[in-house]
Amino acid sequence: MSSLVQSVDWLAIAPPTIAAVVGLAVLVADLFLADARKALLGWSSVAGLALSLLALLPLLDGDRATFCRVTGGDACSYAADRFTLVVQLLVLGGALLAALLSVTALKDADRRLPEGEYWFLLLSSAAGAALLPASRDLATLIVALEVASLPAFALVGIRHGDRRSSEAALKFFLSSVTATAVSLLGVSFVYATTGTLYLTEVAGRIGDVDGQLHTLAQTGVVLTLVGFAFKTAAVPFHFWVPDTYVGAPLPIAAYLSVVGKAVGFSGLILVTVVAFPPYAGVWGPALAVLAALTMTAGNVGALRQRATRAHGAVRLLAWSSVGQAGYLLVPIAAAAYTDDAEGAVGSTVAYALMYAAVNLGAFAIAALVARRSPLNRVADYRGLYASHPVTALVLAFFLLCLAGLPPGVVGLFAKVTVFSAAVDAGLGWLSVVMAVNVVIALVYYLRWTALLFRAPEGETRKHRVPAPLTAAIALTAVLGVALSGAPQLILRFSDTGLF
Amino acid sequence: MIDISESVMQFLLALIVVGPLIGAAAALLPAPPGLKGKSPDQAVLRHGVVVTGAVLVAAIVLALGFDHSRPSRMQATTDISWIPALDVRIHLGIDGISLPLLVLTALLTFLCALYSYFKTPAGPSPKAFVALLLVLETGTLATFAVLDLLLFFLAFETVLVPMYFLIARWGGAGRRAAAWKFILYTLLGSVVMLLGLLLVGLNSGTFDMVALATDNGRSLTTSVQVVAVLAIGIGLAVKTPMWPLHSWLPDAHTAAPTVGSVLLAGVLLKMGTYGFVRILLPVAPEGMRTFAPYLAAFAVVGIVYGSLACLSLAKQGAKGDLKRLIAYSSVGHMGFVLLGIATMSPTGVNGALFANIAHGLITGLLFFLVGAVKDRTGTTDLDALSRAAAGTRSVAGATGAPGSAGSTSGTGGTSGTGSTGAAGTGGALYSRAPRLGGLLSFAAVASLGLPGLGGFWGEMLALFGAFRPAEGLSRPAFLVFMAVAAFGTLLTAAYLLVVVRRVCMGPAERESPELADVRTYEFAAWTPLVVLTVVAGLWPRALLGLTDPAVQQLLSGGTR
Repeated sequence: MSSLVQSVDWLAIAPPTIAAVVGLAVLVADLFLADARKALLGWSSVAGLALSLLALLPLLDGDRATFCRVTGGDACSYAADRFTLVVQLLVLGGALLAALLSVTALKDADRRLPEGEYWFLLLSSAAGAALLPASRDLATLIVALEVASLPAFALVGIRHGDRRSSEAALKFFLSSVTATAVSLLGVSFVYATTGTLYLTEVAGRIGDVDGQLHTLAQTGVVLTLVGFAFKTAAVPFHFWVPDTYVGAPLPIAAYLSVVGKAVGFSGLILVTVVAFPPYAGVWGPALAVLAALTMTAGNVGALRQRATRAHGAVRLLAWSSVGQAGYLLVPIAAAAYTDDAEGAVGSTVAYALMYAAVNLGAFAIAALVARRSPLNRVADYRGLYASHPVTALVLAFFLLCLAGLPPGVVGLFAKVTVFSAAVDAGLGWLSVVMAVNVVIALVYYLRWTALLFRAPEGETRKHRVPAPLTAAIALTAVLGVALSGAPQLILRFSDTGLF
Repeated sequence: MIDISESVMQFLLALIVVGPLIGAAAALLPAPPGLKGKSPDQAVLRHGVVVTGAVLVAAIVLALGFDHSRPSRMQATTDISWIPALDVRIHLGIDGISLPLLVLTALLTFLCALYSYFKTPAGPSPKAFVALLLVLETGTLATFAVLDLLLFFLAFETVLVPMYFLIARWGGAGRRAAAWKFILYTLLGSVVMLLGLLLVGLNSGTFDMVALATDNGRSLTTSVQVVAVLAIGIGLAVKTPMWPLHSWLPDAHTAAPTVGSVLLAGVLLKMGTYGFVRILLPVAPEGMRTFAPYLAAFAVVGIVYGSLACLSLAKQGAKGDLKRLIAYSSVGHMGFVLLGIATMSPTGVNGALFANIAHGLITGLLFFLVGAVKDRTGTTDLDALSRAAAGTRSVAGATGAPGSAGSTSGTGGTSGTGSTGAAGTGGALYSRAPRLGGLLSFAAVASLGLPGLGGFWGEMLALFGAFRPAEGLSRPAFLVFMAVAAFGTLLTAAYLLVVVRRVCMGPAERESPELADVRTYEFAAWTPLVVLTVVAGLWPRALLGLTDPAVQQLLSGGTR
């Protein structure tokens, strides 16, 4: 009889593990470190995230799987395939950039934020987010979702004594927990009908469940999606976004806007395309409608933002991230209608990579402006070109990438892949809705862009840009420009199989 | 004409497309030592002239090296894979259809840069102006040079942002609203066009225009073709613009700076009609046949509508804006182009392409001239202009205050009575600035299609095409269209002559303010356009010899 003990491929699970271990180490080190040397914590966290990114390299040679069942079938709980690696790259890279922003933010906060806890929470959340795309059973998936979310609640409310921060955290927490509970209920229904939690086995069995259990399975599928839809901030689970982003420290808002979304859509992809393909008729139309509503709600919300409102820039980015989430959902919905489901979800991954790079860049510049004018209204960006010409040009580039207009070539082609997935799947109405949304979105992106180059209102003062912020802006800008020259680097995921 | 090796030709075409983009990036950098000039502004404007000049030279050399005995063949082709995931290839090439447009674009942009060098546009720093102008040039040149549907879309979109900023930052009254209208209209159109392009590409398995044209729509079902033509057609029709999707054009033209108007009318509108000829005619012929009568009907309505709008603007007391009037006349002229395309016959399409070029030359010239008039008198208001000479008799100050008279409300209260009192007067440009007046009436007469000048042949051939449209199209319907369009030419003549009479003729009073006549740099910028208009009128074969073989082949099954 073979051993019942599962063998563990440590190399395969290295990326999330490193992040988690470094997180714990930072928490412990915080106890022994003198106040003057707290900055070390930040830099070791940044190094830890970089290290876990490097740990992706040895995995490139082929698919790996671990935590496999020893008896009865070869289902595994953890897989390091191409999809996993790409999303882990996105998540860990996003966390790294958010960490760079945090270094400056914590320094500016001057010990009003607890540094040890901050870094511990950020790294734990990143570890959970990196675990999620690798999960191949429903239990691990939910656990990863919670590991990614729970620290995020605390991070949002980390500003002690700040009413808005606590309120945002509470809002975020309550709605998220409800969504997770609903999701868990769905998972239990699916387990009840199929008798397995492994995604591949669910896919095999859910197609021919007992006729009496059919409704239960269908309900299970829909409810499972809810939790992940919440994470992507799809309508009607988008209300928490603007308040949470404004209430949270700015680097955390940046983190949520990218990594939070990645958690949501990678979970959705795993559940829909891997676990529930026989129910494409149920989740396909549902996701299509959700995508249309989400992008419309997000873009209209962003359009209604006034330039003079306090924290308008972050609020605008929050609403626009809801709109972008709508675009991310389109190819997943299209996957239900086409034979090439992997190619379709590849479009989502490609779009998410583009979005992550430029959106984090935009947040980095928002963090820069927030140092000068703490209210961070959109109107504060007026005349940025006069004081910081390079920064203004880079922000204009990011915004045009988000809008999908040249010179943001990569944004344009990322939108083209999404459109092409929709057209290929025959979702004509959805692509028309998206076309209208692209035009709406252009209004607020271009309005902001134009503001950068207007003559400044008062005198302009040059500020020194802190090194971590410079690094973050430079990194995202170089990424954006390089991808504009060679969009194939990310678009290839829409062409080849990911699983 | 001259023998140039293929690889040099490839290089030239690539340089034409990429050169302005590099130039735009360089314009943003500080000038290197030795090239600083008198001031940073002067240096950057000179940089613009040099880059556009180099591109023009390259375009001319390309035209000389073009094998004129086989204009239907794609020449100077480059074909490199760029984004395999989307099957996007950097496929460049020119044939008899795109070459004239390419040269026209390079020429007009160069003339604009030259004009701006001497007459710095009023607005923020010239640095951004030059950079935007060069990005705009890349976008327009690339539109005419690329042979890949998605690349075409990319080029089509590239012009939006620079043009938006040119209008919004350097424009006149109402510029911000006009710029928004321009970019939102065209973006909505082009996103819909993208859907059509994707539909074509995904259903036929390639985005390559040459392959698609050779296929001639055989791998696309009729229903796909119909939907694709509808989607792509809407995008192109917004850009052209076709009535009733034209309403962004008059506002954009009225608000845009002179250079912006010239490029908008001379080049940007051509991108729409070029798309019709290059993409829709060969790729989806069946879908095109379905919509051809409607297209022709809209085109004819556009001709009559444009002319009537111009007539009402040209009326006394209508406070018509000269730039707005020319914009509406563009709607009419582009109607002829669309009518020619809608006939789907070689004659009509050749006429359309000819009218395209002629309109670019003549309307470009007209906008230059109106810009010059505005610089001198401070207004483009026809009533104010025609009253200008009779300075003491009519409302005082109508000419003296630049800006106030340009807006529609400036002297509103008094103009109603003033204009009746000033009835029968004219701007007397002939006596006050004879050369300027002469050029203006030359351009107006060329625009109305006088035989012997460039405007004639295009409209003539378009009407001929409508007389005998392609097989499968209803001839009686097209005969009606032809008759209406012919009536439109009469209206065109009417309003242009009214304009000439009101602006150029009339007695000059001694008290009327002095006007500077045409300056040297203005001569330099305008002479090429005048000469080419005459050449096109007297020697149409130079152009038709290029387009005709290419059109024949495009209609009968693609390019080789």
